[in-house]
Order: sequence, then structure tokens, then C-alpha cells
Amino acid sequence: MPLVLEDVQRVANLARIEISEEEAKTTLDQLNGIFNLIEQMQALDTSTIAPMFHAQDVMQRLRIDKVTEVDQHKLFQSLATKVESGLYLVPKVIE
Amino acid sequence: MLNSSLKQLSTLLELKKTSSVELTKEFLRCVKKLNQKYNAFISVNEETSLRQACDADIKIASGKASPLTGIPIAHKDIFCTKDWLTTCGSKMLSNFISPYDAHVIECFNKVGAVNIGKTNMDEFAMGSSNETSFYGPVKNPWDITTVPGGSSGGSACAVAARMAPAATGTDTGGSIRQPASLCGVSGIKPTYGLVSRYGMIAFASSLDQGGAMAKSAEDLALMLNVMVGFDARDSTSLQRDQENYTREFGKPLEGMRIGLPKEYFSEGVSNDVSRVVDAAITEYKKLGAKMVEVSLPNTKLSIPVYYVLAPAEASSNLSRFDGVRYGHRAEEYADLEDMYQKSRAQGFGAEVKRRILIGTYVLSHGYYDAYYIKAQKLRRLIAQDFTEVFQKCEMIMGPTSPTVAFALGEKSGDPLQMYLSDTYTAGASLAGLPGMSIPVGFGSNNRPVGLHIIGNYFSEAQMLNLAHQYQQVTDWHTQIPDEIKI
Repeated sequence: MPLVLEDVQRVANLARIEISEEEAKTTLDQLNGIFNLIEQMQALDTSTIAPMFHAQDVMQRLRIDKVTEVDQHKLFQSLATKVESGLYLVPKVIE
Repeated sequence: MLNSSLKQLSTLLELKKTSSVELTKEFLRCVKKLNQKYNAFISVNEETSLRQACDADIKIASGKASPLTGIPIAHKDIFCTKDWLTTCGSKMLSNFISPYDAHVIECFNKVGAVNIGKTNMDEFAMGSSNETSFYGPVKNPWDITTVPGGSSGGSACAVAARMAPAATGTDTGGSIRQPASLCGVSGIKPTYGLVSRYGMIAFASSLDQGGAMAKSAEDLALMLNVMVGFDARDSTSLQRDQENYTREFGKPLEGMRIGLPKEYFSEGVSNDVSRVVDAAITEYKKLGAKMVEVSLPNTKLSIPVYYVLAPAEASSNLSRFDGVRYGHRAEEYADLEDMYQKSRAQGFGAEVKRRILIGTYVLSHGYYDAYYIKAQKLRRLIAQDFTEVFQKCEMIMGPTSPTVAFALGEKSGDPLQMYLSDTYTAGASLAGLPGMSIPVGFGSNNRPVGLHIIGNYFSEAQMLNLAHQYQQVTDWHTQIPDEIKI
């Protein structure tokens, strides 16, 4: 089932990536080519097979619920474009 | 010194024939001379490298040296390095001075190795030619008009052009093995979970694995001895006893069964690559190995499955780049939503965006089962194929890449063709198996050909010996591109 232009625009919006109509058109052709390849997967019946999420099938390791990190907010915030009073600044979202 | 092995360099340092400072200066000179031509490094930091070299010399003088103390090592720019620009080949991180060290960097620092520079790579490790880097493509030292492979192309080029004696790399679907093959160097991707992913910028977390690139299997073993180890900060790091990866060296290959999957030798592989790989297999027979024909029937599905799973995980991992806490933020925007959209549109390159879009699509409502879950099920079938084959043989061999290095620009406009470069490497990645590539000769236009070796889980020491035995009786791994004068 080939994708249509609206699919590309919808997905770009979900991924929060601005895309022009021109870019969307080029992307559409490329994605359809890639999905054409991906569709080969559908030829095999996998109804009785369990998905494999980890190569070793190991369980997620848990740790003791104890604070291990030290406060480094000054160092980390030195990397941000806009900070004030220890807070990251973004455009206002609540009036 | 530029052409010496890690072991030779270590001996020179131990015998005080040279110092780490001299050695570091020598490699820095070489980088300065050649990097303009090959673009293998994104950043070099002479002051830091020389300071580390001074510290190493003190360590050596006090008798506390270990095999890599004082030796310059290049690191793929995917490994966060404290107070050092860490870009992952992206505009998004072109202003990112890492506030911490990746586990791998810590490991090398701990033994007193010198960081000689951060190597170029495909943006966020997404690519097989190094052409998606924001910092421009890397050139293959064997032929400057061709690609070095990717995504660890900078590391492969640095070793091939003798700008570094060894380098780190990462491999998600073939990103160590394919560039090693195209640049005529040795490279290994260990079993998934052996090298900590802490501080290694994430692409597809269930596949990403750090590894090494060097001139020989012997050097790779020394690199793994430093890099492999449990780290609680990576939730998928495996708790195992420390191994010595040189321990199998010297064991004869007599009677070892090597599986040759018929799918790796059929259509798709070019004639020149096929001829060179066949000659390597003949050499292995002379060394006493026994060849067994085997089958990995789902090989064809590894690329479709990989291109669902890797983009799905990438779309999730890369959602952290929002222009708020670090990384590129657009200069002008209307509101918060617009800030995200513009920052990400400007910060990511075309291939990264393409993969985020594929990933977002396959994870979106109504498509998750048909694509993502389906791919995870097929992944099990692909892994089971390997399990069955390892009942019949100890190791698997085949070509690393279907062709020798291709021309710059030849595939960059056609993502599908580019994806097929990973046909033979993606399967082992999906199964989490260790894989390596060693140079075994030259194909058309005198471009290097790599032999792909896949081993069972945790068989790195045996794989390294398999490669080492070959390198004892052949000299392909010692060949240097004509353009490199040493």
C-alpha cells in the first residue's frame, strides 16, 4: 500500500520536523521505494513466532532505588541556548 | 613509528626508545598533513592530547604502564568526550561540548591511552558511505574518488592512512565491518552487550555496539581488552568475567569447521569480490580449516527487517533533540511547537530525517503490529537461522560487502541502493552476534576486499585467532595505499 503526500506530512508533524511541500514530495517517492522493500516482510507467516526484543533474551536489570547522581545543573545548563535562574527557557505555552 | 602495531609501539615505549609525547606529536603531524585531503577527523585537540601524553610518560616512568598506555587512539565522534566537541557528525550537535565521558572513553583514559582526535562519521551513524556527515565526506585513502564506507568511515580512513594506529567505532548494521572492508583494515563488532553504550550517542539501542578498528587482529584484541567490561549505567551491559582476547593466539585451526552460507555467495556479490574471498577461503583450507556449506534462508529479509527496527528505535532516540537543553535551536520561531519543528528541520540532515520519518510511521497507530512487531518476529527467525548453523560449524565466513568501495556520489541519491551495502552485515547485528572484517586482497581498480567472519555469541577470542592465523601467513593487512608515504 503506497503512502500518499498526507501520510508524509502527518508523520513529519508527529516527528516535529518542519517539511515543505516540495520536500514532502521528494520524500514521498523515497519512502515508497523503501516501503516497497520493507513489504517483503509480509510474505512470511509469523503468527506463531514471538517477537525478539533483545538478542540475549535477558531481562531488564533493576537497581536499588537510591539517588546516585550528583547535582550538576550548572554544568549541564551551560550547554543550553536559553536559561534563567536554573530553568530552561522556551516560548510561553500557558497564558 | 606510524606503521607500527600497538604491540610494537608499546614495546618502544617500554624500552624508552620513544616517549608518548614524541609518539603523539608524530601522529598529530601526520593528521595535520593528511586530514585536509581525507577529512577523517572532525576535531583535533593538540593541547589535550599532549597533556594526556605527558601523563602517560609519567605513568610509564613509574612502572604502572599497561599495553595501551601512551599510545594515541582515535575515537569516533559518537563517543561523548568530556570538554571536547562531540558532534555525531551532525549540525544538531555542532555546538555540543560534552560535559562527561562515555564509558569507552573512560576505559581508554584509565589505561593512559592518548586521544588523538575525534573521527568523522555519517550523521548519527546513519549511512554506509560517510557522505551524510555535516562535516563533509571522508575520502578513501586507496582511491580518493571513492567512499570509505560508513558509518565509521573516519575511523577506517584514519587507520588506513596511518593517521592513528587504531580507532574506536560503532556498528549498528555493519558500521564497523563495511568501512573496514572498503578501507582495507581490520575491524570487530563484539557480541551485543559487551561494550557499554553509556555516552555513546544512541541510534538504534537494541543493535548499537561499540568496537574497534586497527591494522591487525592482534591489535583488535588489545583494543577489546580495554573496551569490554560491565557497566551498570548501560541497562543492556552484560555481567561477565573479564576476558583476555589474545588468549587463543597460537592455537592451530586444524579441524575447525567454517560455514559458508550459500546465500552469501549467490547473486548480488560482484565477481571481483567473489574471486578474492574464494582465494581467502582456499588459504584457510591450507591452514587446516574444513569448509561446510550452510544456509541462512532468511538472509534476504535482514535488510527489510533492519530498516524497520533501526529507524523505529532512531525515531524514539532522536526525539531528545528538541533545541531546549542542548544542541541546535532555530534562531526564529513563532511558538514552542514551531521551535521544535524548525530546530529539528535545520539540525538534522536528509538521511536522518528520512529515517526518523520511516520510524515514526512504523510506530504510528495502526501500523505498529504490521511493521514493528512483524519485524521483531522475523528478527527471531533470522537469529534462529544462525543458531542452527552454529550446530554445524564454529564460524561463518563470506564477503563483508557485496562490492569494493564505490565512487563518491554514486549511491548518495538512491537510499535503497545504499541500504543494500549492508546485506551481509545486518543479519549478525539483528541476532546480536559478533562480526569482524579483515582485508584479504584487492578487487577491481586495486580497491580492498574484506572477509566477513561471524562467530557465535562470546566467541571473539576464537574469531580473533582465526583472523590472526591468516594474518601470520599473508600480508594483505600490512599493505599501505600508494598515496601514503611513510
